[in-house]
Formats: sequence, C-alpha cells, structure tokens
Amino acid sequence: MNVLVYLVPMALGLGLAGLFAFLWALRSGQYSDVDGAALRVLSDDDIEREC
Amino acid sequence: MTEALDLSLYAKPAGAGTLGMDLAVEGVSCGACINRIENAVKKLPGITEARLNFTNRRLHVAWADGALKPAQIVTALEKIGYRGHPFVPLRAEEEEAAEARRLTRYLAVAGFAAMNIMLLSVSVWSGNATDITPETRDFFHWASALIALPAAAYAGQPFFRSAWRALKAHTTNMDVPITIGVALALAMSLVETAHHAAHAYFDSAIMLLFFLLIGRTLDHAMRRKTRAVAGNLAAVKADTAHRFAGGELVTVPVAALRPGDRVLVKPGERTPADGKVVGGTSEIDESVITGETARRAVAAGAQVYAGSLNFHGALTVNVSAAGQGTLIDEIERLLDKAAGAKSRVMRLADRASRVYAPVVHATAALTAIGWLIAGASLHDALVTAIAVLIITCPCALALAIPAVQVVASGALFRAGVILNAGDAIERLAEADTVVFDKTGTLTLPEPRVINAAAIASDLLQMAARLALSSRHPLAVALSREASGAAPFEGAIEEPGQGVRAVIGGTEARLGSPAFCGVDDVTPVADASHIIFRHAGGVAEIAIAQILRPDAVEVVNGLRALGLHLAILSGDRCAVVEPVADKLGITYWQGKVTPADKIAFIDALKAQGRRVLMVGDGLNDAPALAAAHVSLSPISAADLTQAQADAVFLGDRLQPVLDAVVTARRARRLMTENLWFAALYNAVAVPVAIVGLITPLIAALAMSGSSISVTLNALRARMRP
Repeated sequence: MNVLVYLVPMALGLGLAGLFAFLWALRSGQYSDVDGAALRVLSDDDIEREC
Repeated sequence: MTEALDLSLYAKPAGAGTLGMDLAVEGVSCGACINRIENAVKKLPGITEARLNFTNRRLHVAWADGALKPAQIVTALEKIGYRGHPFVPLRAEEEEAAEARRLTRYLAVAGFAAMNIMLLSVSVWSGNATDITPETRDFFHWASALIALPAAAYAGQPFFRSAWRALKAHTTNMDVPITIGVALALAMSLVETAHHAAHAYFDSAIMLLFFLLIGRTLDHAMRRKTRAVAGNLAAVKADTAHRFAGGELVTVPVAALRPGDRVLVKPGERTPADGKVVGGTSEIDESVITGETARRAVAAGAQVYAGSLNFHGALTVNVSAAGQGTLIDEIERLLDKAAGAKSRVMRLADRASRVYAPVVHATAALTAIGWLIAGASLHDALVTAIAVLIITCPCALALAIPAVQVVASGALFRAGVILNAGDAIERLAEADTVVFDKTGTLTLPEPRVINAAAIASDLLQMAARLALSSRHPLAVALSREASGAAPFEGAIEEPGQGVRAVIGGTEARLGSPAFCGVDDVTPVADASHIIFRHAGGVAEIAIAQILRPDAVEVVNGLRALGLHLAILSGDRCAVVEPVADKLGITYWQGKVTPADKIAFIDALKAQGRRVLMVGDGLNDAPALAAAHVSLSPISAADLTQAQADAVFLGDRLQPVLDAVVTARRARRLMTENLWFAALYNAVAVPVAIVGLITPLIAALAMSGSSISVTLNALRARMRP
C-alpha cells in the first residue's frame, strides 16, 4: 500500500488546485454577471471590426 | 427646452483621475443590447470603462475627470433607445455583495473539504468491512484530520461568530448547537484517531457545515437579487427638480437639493421636496401625502410636501430641511413611537432552537451518565454521548426554514412582491386582519377617465390625442385612453385653461368649460371634469380615482381565506363609502389622521388580532410601522416604502392575495419541515443512545434528512 503515500497527497493537491482556481475566478469578478457572460460569448463584435 | 441637466451628484471618484457612475438601464432585453450600449457609451470622449451587467441591468461607466459631463452618458443611451437612471449604490447593497463573496468562499472551501474527506471516509468504511490494515486506516484518518481542521476553522466562521454573539447576549440560537456539535465531533475524532480507533467523524462535521452553507448562500443570493431589483426601481423612480442657479434653471436629481434652494414646479409635476411656496398660485393634489383626493389651493406662503401633484400654475418653492412642517413632524413623532412599541416577534427558527438545544444537550449528558452507571468506561460513555450529539446535529432543523424561505421569496418575487424584511413571510402568514388605505392602494395611484363608455369613441380618441400635448394632470389621465397615436401637430397649450389644435380644418379645444364655451356641466360625483369640443361634438369627460382593476376579486379572495377586512382612509367619508360598498367591506372610516390609524391598529392588537396593513401615503407610514406586517405599492411615498415589510409592483392588487397565500403555504411547509426533523431525531437518537451509530450511518442519516427537507421546501413554489 506504499503507493497511497504519494497518491493521496497528489489527489489532494489536484483538489486544492481546483479550489484555488475557483477562488481566483470569484475574486476576479467572473461570477458577478453570469447571465451576461452567457450572451457575450455569442457576440460577433470582434469579427465585425476586422471587415 | 434647453435646460442643462446636472448629474454630477452621481459621479464618484474611481481612482487615478477618473470618475465613475452607475446607472440602472431600462429596456435591456437581449444579448445584442450589451454591445450596442457599451459601444455607444465608449464612443463618447474620455470614457475609460463601460461595462453592462446583464444580470442586474446595470451599467458601470468610468471616464477621465473633466472629459465629459455625466448627462452626456444618459443622452447617448437615450439616442439608441435606452433609458439610463443614475444611482449611488446603497451602503447596505455593497455590504451584502461583500458578504455574498465571503459566503461563496466558505462554501467553496467546505465543498472541497467535504468531497476529499468523503473520498477517504468511503475507503475506510469499505475497508472496515473487508481487510483494511490499521496503519492504512490511521493514515486516512490523519489525512482527513489535516483537511477537516483548517477547513472547519475557516468555513465554520459564520456559525461560530453567530453562536458567540448569541451566547454573549445570554440567549441561544440554532448556531449554538451547530458549533458545539462540530467542535465536539472534531475533537472526539482527533482523540480517537490518536488511539488508532476504527471510527472518526471528520466527514460528518464537514458535511454538516457544507450543507448549511449551501442553505445560507442560496438565502443570501435570493435576498441580493430582490435587493438589486428594488435598487433599480428606486433609481427609475428618482425624480429630478428644476433648480434656480443664478437666474438660470438647472435640472438636478432630487437628492442634490439642499435646504434654501429654490425650485420651479411646473404644472403636472410633483413637488420634489418639502418647502414653502414663494411665488405663483396653483392647486395641488396631496393624495400621496394625506389620502385626500380633493385639491388644495396654494399661494405664496403655503407649506407644500414632497410628492404633491401640481395642477394649473407654475410654483416657485423654497426648499426647507426634510422633516420640517407640522405634518411631517407629527408623522416622525408617531413613527418613533410605533418603532418603540413594536414587540420583537420571535422567529420560528429561534423558537425551535430554544426547545431543541436544551433537549439535545440534556439527552447527550444523560446518555453519558447512563452508560457510566451501566459500567462502561469513561471513554466509551463519552464517545456514545458525542455520537448522540452528532446524529442530532441540527442539519435538517437548520435547513428546514431557510430552504422554504428561499423558494417562497422566489415565488413571491415572480408574483411581483419584493420582500424588505427577512421574517416578513412568517409574519404575513400569521395575519388575520387586513387594513387597507384607500387612495393609491385600493384605487390606482393615478386618476382615470370614468365615463369612457358614455362618450363617442372617435371623440374620445381625438380628445386623448389632443391631451398628449398637455402636461396638466387631468390631460395626462385622459391621454392614457389614447391608443398609441401621436399628438396633433401645432397644438397650443393655454396655461391654466386648456389646449387647442386645428383638426381636419376645424378648431378643437380641450380644457375648462369656459375655455370650450360650454356653460352647464352635469357633474359626476367626486370627479373632475374636462371638456372636449370639436366641430359640433362636445364631450364631458369625467376623471376620478378608480379602483384597481382586480380589487373586487382580490378582496373577495382575502375574505374567503378568513381574513377580517377594514378600510382606513384620510379621504372624505363621501368618497370612501362607495369604495367600501363596492368591495363589500363593512368596516370603514374616512377623514382619519395618522394618529387615528395607529390608535385603530393598537385597538385591534389589544383584541389579539394580527394586522396586515396595506398603504401607500405618507400618512400611512406610522400605521405600517405599528402593524404586525405591512405591504406598500411601489408607487408609495419613499418614507412609507421604507416602513413596509414588502413592496408590490404593478397596477393590480393580486400581489397582496398572492403574498398571503404563498406566505401561509410557506409557513405550513416550515412547520412540516420542523416536525420532520423532530421525527427523524426521534428515530435516530435511540439508536445513538444504545451506541449503534457508525460514521456511515451518521452520514446517510444527515444527507437523507437534509435532502428530504429541501425537497419538501420546493413545494412552496407550486401555484395554488
């Protein structure tokens, strides 16, 4: 069972990475306008400017 | 009109030589609006940031200081068809946003910890049933402890703080047993792990925090959503005033007015602030303030209150400090008294926890003593006692009420009722008497044409179109009958008399009888008259306050629910009586002062009644504060709305009935959930007392009871 000695910390590390990614997203305001974000991705604004 | 608009009140420093402003935007309906609005605003000179929040329909703009006037932003929005209403975010709203972010962080940490500990716990449980080595189990338990202890210390803060506050105030709340349960479960598990025991309860403690945080976060998110909508409505409602500034007129937001300012109130406008008339004569409608629908003549020297509707002439008003003038003083005094007399209603959750906490703690103590007497070791007795605490840990109990609260306030929100007070639902459910104000509450806030059926429809349409060219309040009421037509070209308004225009080669006149050359008017009781004359046709149009379109059905619906009904109005008895007759309300009073209203409500209270007060006028504010629970239409005076427990939107009275029905259903579900949690404990506690609980059973019981309580709460959203 020696494999657990590094597998369990690795699993925890991955989980922590996910947690910090979420906290970072929260801090940078990515959850402040969830309805808007769903619509902004559909906007062709950048393409229009090129032509 | 080339009057300058000054919005500098709303521009706030946003760092590094820039100014920022927030606007509530009307008309945002689809995704394409986001780009149109942001691009239009970004084209203005000096704009550094323009971002539309689609979720709450708010635009944040920042610009280099001095590069543009804030009014240009509003104009730019108007050009592309949106109305922007600048506002200053309320301190309370900002604090709630910060609290929401904090709660989400706690929730994220608790969720991370719960999932990882459960991963380890499931391995231990299945290992215990098969062939796990004690070394591996210890390793898993220590790993769980490593995650659980810091996670609980961080994510448990809202509960620990609230429990500490309650204990310091020598009371108890639901957070006290939660804190004790979590702390003891963690401490016991740590000791057990050090002694290489088979069972540890790290997962139970963290899962409890995780579930409770979900409830709290949702509750908070719902409150924030309604708060944002209420904030936008307030921004839309905020009026402007015409202020004299060195011989010029400047349009400023009402919030920018200071005592001593002079403002011009044009015909058809509402007085922006309390003050004294210094020039001009007119008639004003004070129904928003006193409930009285008859107009009062004012001239220089008269006191006017914010919200009075000006009829004929332009008035110059000297703004006085808020709360000056006899009526306002009286209302302030009554408000203070009502607030002082208000007994704190104990919330259902607090009542439940007051029974629950001592019972559970006594049971745990008795379990330990019982096992000691039966000859068990101190260690075993304590472990069993703590298992009792863990199994009763009030997960279902603590979720029972917030879960219903979230679903019910969502249902109310969709029905057009915005809650101001957190415990309004519980108090609404308890109401057994409804006291209505008349003007603006049972009747529509704005007057309407009442004899439309008696007038030839083409004549009425023409009159309504002509009325579009006037700002006189009666003309505004008449113009509501116009079906989407444009005003006539070349219409001329004669101040104080009426409007005229040439239609189809002949002159049409709309206004007073004298202006239209009509001598005798057949008066309709308590209505104002306006005459329309075109070619040979003459129409006498009667305009008065009318009942809300569904008032009769709603009042009948409330009566069917077994509620007693009454009307208290500041208006004349002759006007109140027909309204009461039509609604079938036998108990009514007219000419009631604010003090009388409070006295009436106090008398009902003394009989043991719980009064729901529905009112909109400034004169209703003290009564709203004194009542058990109160509702206001969105058109109510600001001071009044601040006293109401909930505000309802729209022209219909239906939200009042919906609010009572939904609140009663929610209250029933809350009680059901509490009984369910009690039943669950009645089954689980005996099992724990005899010492048969394992961490697996605890985890199953906790998730099972929490999920069933939450599912039951979802029934609060069903339509009756």
